[in-house]
Formats: sequence, C-alpha cells, structure tokens
Amino acid sequence: MDLYEYQARDIFEQHGVPVLAGATATTPAEARAAAETVGANSGGVTVVKAQVKTGGRGKAGGVKVAKTADEAEQYAEQILGMDIKGHTVKTVMIAQGAQIAEEYYFSILLDRANRTYLAMCSKEGGMDIETLAVERPEALARIAVDPNAGIDEAKAREIVEAARFDVETGDKIVPVLQKLWEVYRDEDATLVEVNPLVQTAAGDIVALDGKVSIDGNSDFRHPEHEAFVDHSKTDPLEVLAIERHLNYVKLDGDVGIIGNGAGLVMSTLDVVAYAGEEFTNAEGAHPKPANFLDIGGGANAEVMANGLDVIFEDKQVKAVFVNVFGGITACDAVADGIVKAYGILEGHGKSPKPLVVRLDGNNAEEGRRILDEAALPLLERVDTMDGAARRVAELAAAAN
Amino acid sequence: MAIFLTENSKVIVQGMTGSEGMKHTTRMLASGTNVVGGVNPRKAGTTVDFPEGKQVPVFGTVAEAMAETGADVSVLFVPPAFTKAAVIEAIDAGIGLAVVITEGVAVKDTAEFYNYSLGKGTRIIGPNCPGLISPGKSNAGIIPADIAGPGKIGLVSKSGTLTYQMMFELRDFGFSTGVGIGGDPIIGTTHIDCLEAFENDPETVAIVMIGEIGGDAEERAAAYIKDNVTKPVVGYVAGFTAPEGKTMGHAGAIVSGSSGTAQAKKEALEAAGVKVGKTPSETAALMREIMQGLSG
Repeated sequence: MDLYEYQARDIFEQHGVPVLAGATATTPAEARAAAETVGANSGGVTVVKAQVKTGGRGKAGGVKVAKTADEAEQYAEQILGMDIKGHTVKTVMIAQGAQIAEEYYFSILLDRANRTYLAMCSKEGGMDIETLAVERPEALARIAVDPNAGIDEAKAREIVEAARFDVETGDKIVPVLQKLWEVYRDEDATLVEVNPLVQTAAGDIVALDGKVSIDGNSDFRHPEHEAFVDHSKTDPLEVLAIERHLNYVKLDGDVGIIGNGAGLVMSTLDVVAYAGEEFTNAEGAHPKPANFLDIGGGANAEVMANGLDVIFEDKQVKAVFVNVFGGITACDAVADGIVKAYGILEGHGKSPKPLVVRLDGNNAEEGRRILDEAALPLLERVDTMDGAARRVAELAAAAN
Repeated sequence: MAIFLTENSKVIVQGMTGSEGMKHTTRMLASGTNVVGGVNPRKAGTTVDFPEGKQVPVFGTVAEAMAETGADVSVLFVPPAFTKAAVIEAIDAGIGLAVVITEGVAVKDTAEFYNYSLGKGTRIIGPNCPGLISPGKSNAGIIPADIAGPGKIGLVSKSGTLTYQMMFELRDFGFSTGVGIGGDPIIGTTHIDCLEAFENDPETVAIVMIGEIGGDAEERAAAYIKDNVTKPVVGYVAGFTAPEGKTMGHAGAIVSGSSGTAQAKKEALEAAGVKVGKTPSETAALMREIMQGLSG
C-alpha cells in the first residue's frame, strides 16, 4: 500500500523524524483555514501540495507556494479536482513554508535482487532520483543495510560519508537517518523515501516530503494501518470485489477471466489475448481480457458465485473463461461450486453470459461430468487451455 | 539423482498437527515421502495416525525431532505470524532444507530470516511456495504427486498452479525435480540456485524455467545461464498482458517502471540462448523438440 504524503508526514512525526507543520484540506475554504494555522510560524507562507500517489506533481502544477492564506485558498481551488497522470486530486496538504538552504535525498527500500535492504543517499536532492542515478551515479551513495542490523549510528555515518557530506552536516543528518530507519522497520515498510530532505536556512534538517510504501502482508500486526486505506477507489467493480475479498483487477477488455492461482491467471490473460488476435474485426479491435481474478482454492460455491457476479456485472464483458487446473483443489468440487453459483445468481435474478470452462488435473473427469449433467445455460466445456481460450475469444467476438 | 530432495530425505513437518499440516502430510505420505516426525511444542510425545497404518511421532522442537529421527528436511505449515520464529528454530537446529509453504509472510520477516540463514547451512525454499517434488523419490510440500512421474527434465518455477499446468503438458517426459520457488519479493532459493543444481545433476538433461512479472530474477538468471549452463533451457514468462503498476496476485508480481515486464524478461532469456514460449503449451512444445533431439 502506498501512502499519501500527508500520511507519511504523520508517521514521520510520530517517530520523531523532523517535519514541519501540515494539515489536509478537501475544499478551498478548508485550505484557507489550514493555511492560517500552518503558516503561523512561517510568516504566512505555506505550500499547497496535491495529494496523489504519483510523481511529477510539481511539473503538473500541483505544488504551489502561497504567500498568504488567500493565495492558499486560490491555489487549492485550482489544484483540487486537477488530473495528474490519471489521478484526480481530492485532497491537498497545506505545508508550512520553509527557507531551504540545501536539498538532499534519502531512501531505504527493499533490494529484491540482493535480498536485503538498500539505503540511498545524495547531497543532490529535489530532483528525479531515476535521472540522478543515470546522469550522475557517483552523486548517489548506495549502501546495503542488513535487515537484522538495520541503521545504527555507525551505519548512518557510513551512509553520510559515502554521500560525501561535510562533517558538520553529516552529524546533523545521522540521527535523522536513524529515525527514518525506525519508520521503515517498525511500520513494515518496503520503501521510505524523502526527497527532498532539506537543510533550512536556520541549519535544521527537515523532511519536506515523504513517500512510504507498506507491505500488505504486515496488516495482521498493524491494525492502525487500516486508517490509511484509501476507500475512494472509483471503479465500482473493484469496490465490489474488495467487499467480497476477491483478488480482482479490472482491465479494459471483453473476456472475463477466473482462475486458480495468480501465475495461472496471468498466463490465462496472456493466452486469451493471443487467441483474441485471431478474431480481429474490420476496425482492428479484437477480444481481450477484461480482468484478472484469482480465486485460489476456489472450490467454494460462494467464492465462485462472488467471482462470477463481479464479472457478470462488468458491462464490457461479453464472454467469460473459467480456467482451473486442480492441484489440491478437486475439479469436481469446482464444478459443484459453479453449479451452485449459477443457482445463487439465478436466485438473485441475474443472468449469465456465455461462459467457457476448462477443468484439468485432480478429478477432472468427474468435474466435467458434473457440468455436462447440469447443462447450465450458455456454459460450454473445452478441455484444453488453448482450445478454451480460442473458444471464449470466438464467443466474445460473436457477441455483438 | 534429483536436486535438494532425494529418496533418502527424511522429512519433518512443522505445524503438522494444524489443519493444513494434517491435510498435506497425509498427501505427502500417500505419495511416498518419508515423513519421520511432526513438530508442535504443545503436542510433544504424542503420535498421529495417518491412513494405511502410518504413524508419525510429534516432537516439541526441531532439534529434538532431528536428534531422534535424523531428519534433514523440514516442511513448514505455520501461520504467517509465527513463520519467522519457526524458520529460525529450524536454522538454529541445523536442518539442511526448510521448505516454507506459508503464504502471507511479512517481507520484513522473510528478509530477516533469510539473512539470518546466511552462512548457517540451511537452504530455505519459499515462502509462499508449493514446495518441491522429485517424482518417484520424495515430495516436500503440496505439489500433487500424480501429475507427472520421474524423468530427466528439471523444472523451476515461481508459480503454483502454473507449475502444475507445465508438468501436465510435459508428463510424457517426466521430471528429475520440480521446484516451486514461490512468488514473494524475497525468496530463499532463486532460479539461479536451481539452475546451478540442475546443471550439476547427472540425472537432469534439460531445464524448464517459469517466471513472471516483477523484479529482475529472470534477467539475472539469463546472465547466469549464458556463462554457466550448458544444458538446454526453455523458458516461460507469465504476465505479458498485465498492466503496469498493478499488483497481480503475488506480492512480488508488481510491474513498476520499465524493468520487470514480461517482454524484458523474454528478451533477456532469448539473448542468453533460452527458447521462450508464448504460452504454456508452446513452451512444452519447445521442450518436447529438445528432448526428442537429445534422445534421437
């Protein structure tokens, strides 16, 4: 889960990372009120910052320095509702203005390749780190951090020395790095990035921005992280899927996909996309996957019903492919699940769309028999993954 | 010979007495695995009955189980909140192989127990993996034993059911060992670890590797193959259709930015001389050609 900047700022504050005052606003009036409080110690100067989970806010005009509360209100009016790289701005953060002397960069992240953590630090902050890494790699220190040892004072010193800070500045930064490490460790983060980490004109080190990503697998030990979840997902199908605890991602096509196991489902998406090319129409369009949906074990009728329900609700879907390779899950249980699911949906007055089922593996014969006997409306059985993908693409192409 | 798991492997199950542990120990026993003990501190000293008259003793700790049985492999069915402690217990007891089936382990925990394991002699496979099978010899985990029999193809895969699909497609040839390394961002055993072992295994003549979007494991495997693997390798990568920035099931399968895409992985593998299929069946066909070429 990626956090908004204001959420990262709050976490930093809780852990003792130096930050400036900040408050959120969802209307221009709120922005004005926030600016009056937040700007109190900076001569009325605040920064109005779009809260979106993407970079490039500044370039898009989503970050503006306001000299007065009036200006803050005006900027908030401009920025709220703005589209930044596909994200709509619903919230702005009014941040206390700062007199910036120097900008630095610091991050801690998961280094998958080396199976450890990586700390990156630079005296040249404030710019796009990917560009810095390419154009001036010598300006970016990269230091491995052992997950069990973390960043203690010695490691923090190693980092600031590698980044070639002068001793005086380095001394000020060291305790801040240790605090940022505590955020990373204690919040189960996979990324903590501060860009820029600044030295103010007064000589203080402050985190002027924050990007934090949290490991979803750690939710069980962070009930407080529930408060960070963004419930404003706009896609109604994804909202429905979340309510039903389904592992679902909406895509842009017309062939609904259900499978058991993330790798198999990703593969199914690919196979359907290729199969769809055969049915390219006069306008150059062809059937494509409408979604990713992994129902895992999935033999449970309720899970199958929920999955089918979400997919049938998708108006773009013209045909559906249920692709199951029974490993531990038995195909007869899956077939029973599909039969019951259709019963449930019928009971709710929902009608099915053309559906192709492929069952293979554990008890496949029995599963196929169950489906054949049930003779469900618009449901066909094809026994190979390739054949089933082709058939469902054919059905989608024909359903016009 | 097989890799990592042979007919001589003695397997204990941490979390054996929980529902997942019981279900899969039953299946492991049925497929011929030599399960010599279970571990559960609260049931130490008891014995669990399994079908066909098999009885498995329960020990309080991994160290005790190893002392009594000579076990050298542990399969872990322990909930995410307790997985790290269980793995560290196994490492401290000196077990040679720990297969962590559990899904949902916090990546911090994995990072910690993996790094703790370095230099200590325990190979970790997983977490969030189906385990490994050397058909006809032993099966440590949840891979169904009846999909394919023994043979000379080595298989290494990030995925679970997609692995089964590939084994099914190549069932007429069979496998020396199939290893499910799991799809989490940090894993104990990588594609490269398995490629190295297969290259050194006299029984394996060809290798199939399955990857998916996210991270750069396949690219690094490609570089490794170029310099170190002489046996033919066929690859498959899932996730060409996955859009950027969206998590697809596995915590590790996130595409962000330009690296980590299926296309990038396919290109890297092909540059290393690996034939890559566009679909599982196409990949199987490529392997079939190779096997027929080798035996002809």
